Formats: sequence, C-alpha cells, structure tokens
Amino acid sequence: METKTIRNNEQSTSKGIRISGSEAVVRSLIAEGVDVLYGYPGGAIMPVYDELFKFQNEIHHVLTRHEQGATHAAQGYARISGKVGVAMATSGPGATNLITGIADAQIDSTPMVCITGQVGSHLLGSDAFQETDIVGISTPVTKWNHQVTKASEIPEVIAKAFYIAKSGRPGPVLIDITKDAQFEEFDFKYEKCTGIRSYKPIPETNPTDLQAAADLINNAKKPLVVWGQGVILGEAEAEFKAVIEKAGLPSAWTILGASAIPSTHPLNVGMVGMHGNYAPNVLTNECDVLIAIGMRFDDRVTGNLATYAKQAKVIHFEIDPAEVDKNVKTDVAVLGNSKDTLAAILPLLKENLHTDWHQKFKDLYQVEFDKVIKNDLHPTKEGLSMGEVLKEINMQSKGKAAIVSDVGQHQMIACRYADFNVSKSNITSGGLGTMGFALPAAIGAKMGAPERDVVMIAGDGGYQMTIQELGTIFQTKVPVKIVVLNNNFLGMVRQWQQLFFDKRYASTEMENPDFVAIARGYHINAKSVSKREDLASAVKEMMETEGPYFLEVMVEKEDNVFPMIPTGASVSDVRLE
Amino acid sequence: MSENKLYTVSIYTENNIGLLNRISAIFQRRHINIESINSSVSEIENVSKWTIVVKLTEDQMKKIIGQIEKQVEVIKAYYHTEEETIYQESCLFKIKSDLLFEERQIQNIIKESNARIVTVNKAFFVLEKSGRRSEIELLHRELSAFGILQFTRSGRIAVTKTPMEISKMLETFQH
Repeated sequence: METKTIRNNEQSTSKGIRISGSEAVVRSLIAEGVDVLYGYPGGAIMPVYDELFKFQNEIHHVLTRHEQGATHAAQGYARISGKVGVAMATSGPGATNLITGIADAQIDSTPMVCITGQVGSHLLGSDAFQETDIVGISTPVTKWNHQVTKASEIPEVIAKAFYIAKSGRPGPVLIDITKDAQFEEFDFKYEKCTGIRSYKPIPETNPTDLQAAADLINNAKKPLVVWGQGVILGEAEAEFKAVIEKAGLPSAWTILGASAIPSTHPLNVGMVGMHGNYAPNVLTNECDVLIAIGMRFDDRVTGNLATYAKQAKVIHFEIDPAEVDKNVKTDVAVLGNSKDTLAAILPLLKENLHTDWHQKFKDLYQVEFDKVIKNDLHPTKEGLSMGEVLKEINMQSKGKAAIVSDVGQHQMIACRYADFNVSKSNITSGGLGTMGFALPAAIGAKMGAPERDVVMIAGDGGYQMTIQELGTIFQTKVPVKIVVLNNNFLGMVRQWQQLFFDKRYASTEMENPDFVAIARGYHINAKSVSKREDLASAVKEMMETEGPYFLEVMVEKEDNVFPMIPTGASVSDVRLE
Repeated sequence: MSENKLYTVSIYTENNIGLLNRISAIFQRRHINIESINSSVSEIENVSKWTIVVKLTEDQMKKIIGQIEKQVEVIKAYYHTEEETIYQESCLFKIKSDLLFEERQIQNIIKESNARIVTVNKAFFVLEKSGRRSEIELLHRELSAFGILQFTRSGRIAVTKTPMEISKMLETFQH
C-alpha cells in the first residue's frame, strides 16, 4: 500500500508509544473523532472489547442485539450527522451478519467503517472455529476492505479506512483484524490519511462543461431539476437553493435527496419515481432540459429507460464518473463535488421565473390532490390511513422531526407526506430496500443528533425483522419514537399481488403478536390506537414523552400507495388509481 | 446497437491481494466472460499491470472501465481495440520425443511456425510458441494430428501504439 500516511510515518523519527494492536484500534478510533460505535462482542474481537472497557469514558460502545442492528445504527448515525458510522463484530457469524448493512451503505453511499475480529493468522484458511473469509464475502459490497495480520499496520489501515469511507462518494469500508495482530505490541503513532495515490475522490471540473450546462439551463423553456443525496452528502444545500432560485428551476427529489430543501419551498415540486408525485413524473417527459444533480438514475426513478426524458437535453452534476452515462445518456456531465460545481455555475446562470411552466406543476398537483392526496390525508372511510398518521406527526413535531422509515408502503407514505424542513431528515433504506433498517437506524440517528426529534416509522413486517433492538433502546434509554403502522400485511407486496397477481395473497398476511406487550416487556411506554379520535392525543403523548415511546396504529388493511409507475412503464404513465 | 468486439483492457494497480476478486466481480456481475487475463509488473516500479481480454460492446466497455477505475487501488484503466495494440500470446506443447524422429513432418512444422524447442529428453520435448492467437491455433491443429501430451496457452499480453500517461499521473501525487 502506497499511501501518504505511510510515507509520513517513514520520515518520522519519534517512535510513539508501545501498545497492543487492540489498544491501537481504540486509540485510532478516538483519533478519528469517533465518540460512539455499535457492535457485538465475540471470541475473535475480545481483545478490542477489553480495550473499549478501559476507554469507556472516551468512546461509547453501544451493544446492539444483533450485528445487523449495529450496521444500521451506524448508518443512521452517519446519515443524520454526516460523520462516519462505526460498527464492530467478531469473526464468522458476527462478520457475516454485517453484510446486509454494508450492502445497504454501499448502495446508499453512506460512510461507515466496520471492524471485524478474525481468527489468528496461523489459522487462516484452516476452517477454524468462527473463521470466515469476510474480506472475500464483503468485497462486492464495500468501497474498500483490508485484512490486517500485523499490529503495526493498524493505525495506517484505520486512517485509510476513515479517509476512504468519508471522501468523494462515501461508502462502507471493512477492516478485518486477526486476533494475533490484536495482541501483538508495537510502537503506536497515529497520523490521519490525507491522500492515496491510486484514489481520486473528487474528479476535476471542466470549465467548458460548466459553461455548456449554464447555456443549456439559460436557454431552457421547460427545465426540470432532479436532485439526489449528492446535494446532502456534498453539504451543498445552500448552493443548490441559490442555483434553483436564481434560474427559477422547478426541482424534484429522489427518495434520498429528500429534505435538502424544505418541503414547503415553492420550487420543490415533489418526489420522482415509482411512488413519487404526479407532476414531476409526468413532466419529466415534457421538460426540455433535465438537470440531474447528485443522483444516479435508479430504475425506481426512471421507470422504462427507453421512454425516459427522451425529448430532453440531460445535464448530470456528479461526483462519481462511473455514474455518468451509466443509465441515462447525458448531453453535458459536470463532474465534481456538488458544493463546488453548484457554486461555480451560479454566476453563469441568468435569472428566470418560468411562470407558465411552473403552472403546469401546480395544475398536475391539483389532479394528484383530488385523486390521491385528499383521500390519503383526509380519509372519509372508517379505517385509519397511513397518510393521516404522517399528517399528525408533522403537526405535533412542527415538521422538524427526522423521519427514519423502514421499507414498504409506510416508507412511500412517509416520504410523500412527511414535512422535511431540516436537511438530513429522511433516513431510509433507498437503494437496497432493507426491511428491518428503521429501528436500529433510528437508534443511531438519535445518538447522532440528540437535539432532534427522531421518529421511526415501520410496518408490522419490517419492524419484526429487527425488533430485538428494543433491547438496545431499553438499555441505552435512547429516546426514539417508534411508530408501527400495522395493517397485518406485508403491504407493498400485497399491493403488487392485488394489482399484478390477481389478488393471490401468497404469504403476505401476517398474524402479529401483541406489540404493545412486547414494548412494555422492554419497559418502553407503549400504546395502540385504531380509532381516528384517539390518534392526535396518542401522537401528542408520544412526542411529549421524555424517553422512548412505542405507538402502534392499526391502519386500513388493504390500502394502496398511489401514484404508481408499474415496473417497466414510462414515468409519464404514472397511475393515480 | 453496437456489436460485440474484442477489447484489451490494461489496468495499472497497486499490489493488493484482494484486487483480483474485486476486478473479476465487476465482470461476473454483468455476465461478461473474461477471455484471458494476465498480471505482471509494469514499466513503473511497484505498479502492477493487468491485461484482460473481453468481448463486449463499446458502451458496456466504457461503463466497466468506470467501475474498474472506481476501485480504490486501481491507478488507471484503459481499453483498446485490436488495431490499437500490439499483442502476443504464448503457449507450450509437450510432445513425445519419439515423434520427433519418427514423424519428419513435425520438424518441418516446428521450423515453419517459428516455434522453439525449450527442452528435450528421452521421453518428451517441450515446444514454445509466441504469437497471435491464430498462429498458435494453427500450430495446435497441425500438432494435434500427431498427439499432444500437454498443452497450455497464456493470456494475452499487450502494449499500446499510443503512450499511456500513467507516469505523469503518478508524479502529480508526489508533492
């Protein structure tokens, strides 16, 4: 490995302090500013846990109830704070249990460092107890991974891990450390990594591309911005707002882009994609210039690529060159960090209003409101809708809560109807669609932003995939608000079965336990409501309770989420019913 | 749509144990068969060079180069067509020594093919041939008639007609 860190160390004359590899792990984490990590001990990582015990006043280890929970908690922490989340596990099953969270962090570009213990280096490849090739297993889902077999490598490798996880397009890194390397003593000295010669986190921006993009935007009659998480990861919210306000650009978001500007901003025209808003989906196929910013044209966003924005010139602001032309051919690609490229294009843009074009979005919003939104938020039938629960949470939290959602119908409803007034408020598993994400992610989110209200919203299915993390909440007393929208179904799959499989509800109906009793078993305040007149007071009680709170809302069993772009259909064929 | 073509991919990398896994996974995920692969040192100290031959469309090729370059330990990746490279493969034949004397034709074949006898003993001799795939295949066909004890062919190695700007890139890192 040829890194600057190593080179600097070679030049250094001071020998550092003589400590064990395991102590070096903890000291390195502290040097990287880690104040909390999530994990689960076991044989091959015990030396590091022994050091965590000694350093417990400087670094807080949260014992999750499953290693998957540790990764999602680390993700929640990273997503809300912008810092690197850290998860730790032992070898073998401990390590393999991390994989779902790592894959989730990879596809959603979440900075995370996972540290796993490994059997002693003399046992590698011998099928030893709890030995698994975690470096091999994690390779396709990590931005980088590395196995350490010598204590002296630890500071350099951890420094490199944090640098890679956080820089450029962020992602997960896994460091596997053999047990003998944890015990071995060496002269410890820590230096942060500032560069790796084979790795260029931010590509250079070509001024010609910037001008070409500005010309297209300035000459556009019907421009449409679709922004993604790149705006948030690049901390470019202010630059983004300035650009769209100056050029008068109607702007729609992908699921992970949500909250970069407030929901109420007049230029915010809603979410694109499968269950996104009607206007931006339909008008994607009418705009003359499509300006994609920090997004990757996921199939859930584009629908059928053959009919996606074919009439439009496409501009792509992107930090990852491999994303350019991957799914949608661009006319102008502006490479670079969104904060820099958006700031650079601002002076090149002409002021504009596009009043008539904006009116089209308003008109189509009205169509969606009459056909879908009105019924979702103000239902006339007896059963509670998921949408009215979100409306109540918006009101009681004054639209300031961070929403941590799981995967499925409730997730789409949460993204559609939650008020996002602060950036980094929508924490959800977008790319991987990991059911079970929300409960542990909410733990990490609350720890990453203790000043914020964190409301977890899950369905009855996903909630039970990581329900054991109630134990973590009980033990740490982390005050997350847990909302389960219970329709006794795996609702999204059921919806598809209804629409595309002639209502054959194969394995989607759920017989559920007494969720309130389970929460109370963990000494968490809990309530279940099934009547409209009880909803407001229950949400109020939840928001006003100091500690964690569990609220189950029994919702209509067979409600569907609309609008919907069926798989393989064009964005403009979005269905309202 | 563009058609499938043979491309020679040249990848300059740091030496790392796990990198083969990472690169091959990029092809595997997309169901692209690797025709040949070769790893060696390069013209730059401490930099490895991989030469991979694949058959795909140029559009696919570009996307894959992007994915390869994204790997932290990859310094730079290039792709070239057949016309843009000078390339060779190498192969070894192990053949019974008796045939060398009993079948005069074999001696002619060896001479005409520019193959080289690496070693001879009582039992067998080993023949080495470098060249284009078609030349190696021709020799293989000709020798098959007499019986081949063992045969192996290397992956393609290639250099490009145009310079690769890799050294300049590495210099910019030293500051």
